[in-house]
Amino acid sequence: MTDKNGFFDLSKSTLTRRTALKGLAAGAGLGLAPGFVRYSQAQSSAPIKIGFQSHRTGIGAAYGRWYEKTTAAAVKAINAAGGINGRQVEVIIEDDGTDPGRGAEVVGKFATQHKTDIVFGTLFSHVVIGSAPAAGENKMPYFVVSEGHHVASTKLNRYVFQPGITDVKSQIESMAPWIAANAGKKVTQIFPDFAFGYDHRDYLPPALKAQGADVIAQIAIPPTESSFTKFFPQIPAETEVIYHVMVGPAVLTFVKELGEFYGPNRPQLFGFIDSLEATDINSPGLEFLDGSHFWEGSPRYAQADDSVAQKAYRTAVGIDDNGAAVGDPKDVSTAAHMFGCWETLYVVKKAMEDAGYKGPEDRAKLVEATEALTEFAEGPEHPQGPKTFNGKIHQCFGIQNISKVEGGKLKVVHKTKIEDGLYEAEGDYTTQAL
Amino acid sequence: MSEASPAKAYSLHLGVIALLFVLSFLLPEYYHGLLARIMVLAVFAMGYNMLFGYVGLLSLGHAMFFAAGLYGAGLAVIQLGWGVPLAFLGGIACGAVLALLIGLLALRTTGVAFMIVTMMFAQVFYLLILYFATWTGGDQGMVVPQPARVLSFGATSLELTNPTVRYMTALGLFSIVLLVTSAIVRSRYGRVLVAIRENEERTKMLGYDTFSNKLAAVVISGTICAASGAAYALLFGYIGSSFASVQYSILPLLWVLLGGAATTLGPLIGTLFMYYVIDITSGYTSAYLLIVGIALILLVLFFPKGILGSIRQRWLGWLP
Repeated sequence: MTDKNGFFDLSKSTLTRRTALKGLAAGAGLGLAPGFVRYSQAQSSAPIKIGFQSHRTGIGAAYGRWYEKTTAAAVKAINAAGGINGRQVEVIIEDDGTDPGRGAEVVGKFATQHKTDIVFGTLFSHVVIGSAPAAGENKMPYFVVSEGHHVASTKLNRYVFQPGITDVKSQIESMAPWIAANAGKKVTQIFPDFAFGYDHRDYLPPALKAQGADVIAQIAIPPTESSFTKFFPQIPAETEVIYHVMVGPAVLTFVKELGEFYGPNRPQLFGFIDSLEATDINSPGLEFLDGSHFWEGSPRYAQADDSVAQKAYRTAVGIDDNGAAVGDPKDVSTAAHMFGCWETLYVVKKAMEDAGYKGPEDRAKLVEATEALTEFAEGPEHPQGPKTFNGKIHQCFGIQNISKVEGGKLKVVHKTKIEDGLYEAEGDYTTQAL
Repeated sequence: MSEASPAKAYSLHLGVIALLFVLSFLLPEYYHGLLARIMVLAVFAMGYNMLFGYVGLLSLGHAMFFAAGLYGAGLAVIQLGWGVPLAFLGGIACGAVLALLIGLLALRTTGVAFMIVTMMFAQVFYLLILYFATWTGGDQGMVVPQPARVLSFGATSLELTNPTVRYMTALGLFSIVLLVTSAIVRSRYGRVLVAIRENEERTKMLGYDTFSNKLAAVVISGTICAASGAAYALLFGYIGSSFASVQYSILPLLWVLLGGAATTLGPLIGTLFMYYVIDITSGYTSAYLLIVGIALILLVLFFPKGILGSIRQRWLGWLP
């Protein structure tokens, strides 16, 4: 391993007899303390261990699989470039079953059995919230890739970070100006009647109001529903935009029945791609979405103006121009979210290097170093785009993509600015004790 | 089957409690934390066993009692700012009242109908948690703040987040519930429950009010499950709707079936077995539930009465 500081570069120093004697004395001293030497060597050469809390089974399995692929690609790239602080990175994976109870156990297992340096990679909000107490109690830095507002709400604890993907509140606030200016000013929301839907229910109306548009109806669909036609008569006739964020297997039925209800004369449609992550946009029944718009964190389809970094990222992760696995066009990725794993690992790398991180005893330093970060420039480490980071709320802010379904593909038609998604901090984690 | 003398049964129980106490000082850090969680959930299974094992009533809705304790205690801390002891009692009271109401309605049915009715009530409870998301946190759940999870005794305070305090608190709860349930099932009332399980009509004919006895069993069972839920919220710091889902109604049934229904220590053995099988196999394959399924089939084939139930039937007839 090459040393960036040139510590072993003898050409930069003059070896005197006094220095040599000091060195010999120090060497003899260390020789009498074999345990210490072993410890030092282990510290300097042992890999950085990252505990990956993966949704391998349960409702998040499709996301979990692609999060693992992205993580493996990022770790390969980091290791090929010399690792973190000159140490290779090793990822240890535990399945949390997308269950908050098991999630907390897994965090405990990473802390007390695997003794990882950090825990990373959780997506589903309820698993993050369920696992956060275990992370705080074990003083284990916990880097999630969830997009939930729970981290930025400052209701978790000082050890939980979300530096690689924006949160849903920021995403919604970024979308509002474009919706009001381009899609329509009278918006009807259709959302699942649970927490994911409530974020949209609560944050969209004020964001649209600020842009001179209104939410004229909010239709909450109970999570047990499998047929949606009976809800559609509640959509006011004057609706100009239907804003939909349905998720889960029922989304195909939802779109099909919406198409049957409206036929060709439908209002504008705007949705979040969360509904269709890992689902082929050309699946039977989704034809009705042609011409509609979606939020995407990172574009699923390769775009004409993709940066060199974006192209390199896609190649490294192994997704083709359609956002599917190279060699398996049916294996559609979760492109809009999984870039967060890549970027989070590079944030961890930067924070560990800033902190001079050596091992678990430096976890508090790592927390403070992460909180001190402010900006991430677009490039190979952040291929989705530039970001700012608010260390007080442990949350990053970045650009968002609005894509239109055209000819069976998603084409980016608008990129928001970072400022579009900024909001007032709701608290300050840095006031909590470490 | 010969019954153990009280001294023999209590010696065994005290021996198990002593073993768990000693293990606190011997177990590696991870298994120490895991065993604390297992003991709390074993209490849930013991509550379930009270109704299923001794009365023969198969409920598929016990997640609601666990969740009643979980939310009763958790929300008392989060929303009302109650201290840990009061919140714990509040959680238990929520479970007891809910069990009384559910018992009054559900015990009008028997057999499969009882199973379905309890499952439906649990589903209603689950959906209510989602519906009142503003207060409950819905499907995302809520964190019980770490600073609030402290037991204060005058100038002394014990943090429930401390691994040793948590382990000993879980052991304390487990020990109390083990000794209390053991005393109940060995009492005259416990024998009436077993009589109802074996032949309800005959028990009625002997002059027992079977409805009242079953109702009391539902309340005791629900209260114990709520105690487990309340302890879970306060010791592990999270409340969420997934703990009220049907999965958490099936889990205690599996734990009890595995360990041995109508055995006092079966719920602990079943919970322990299931936890370790999942924990170990999930390290090797994502298809660990397949292995769990195979293990369950093998157990049903070779230990049809559960681990302790089969041991009692074949070798140790005195096992309580």
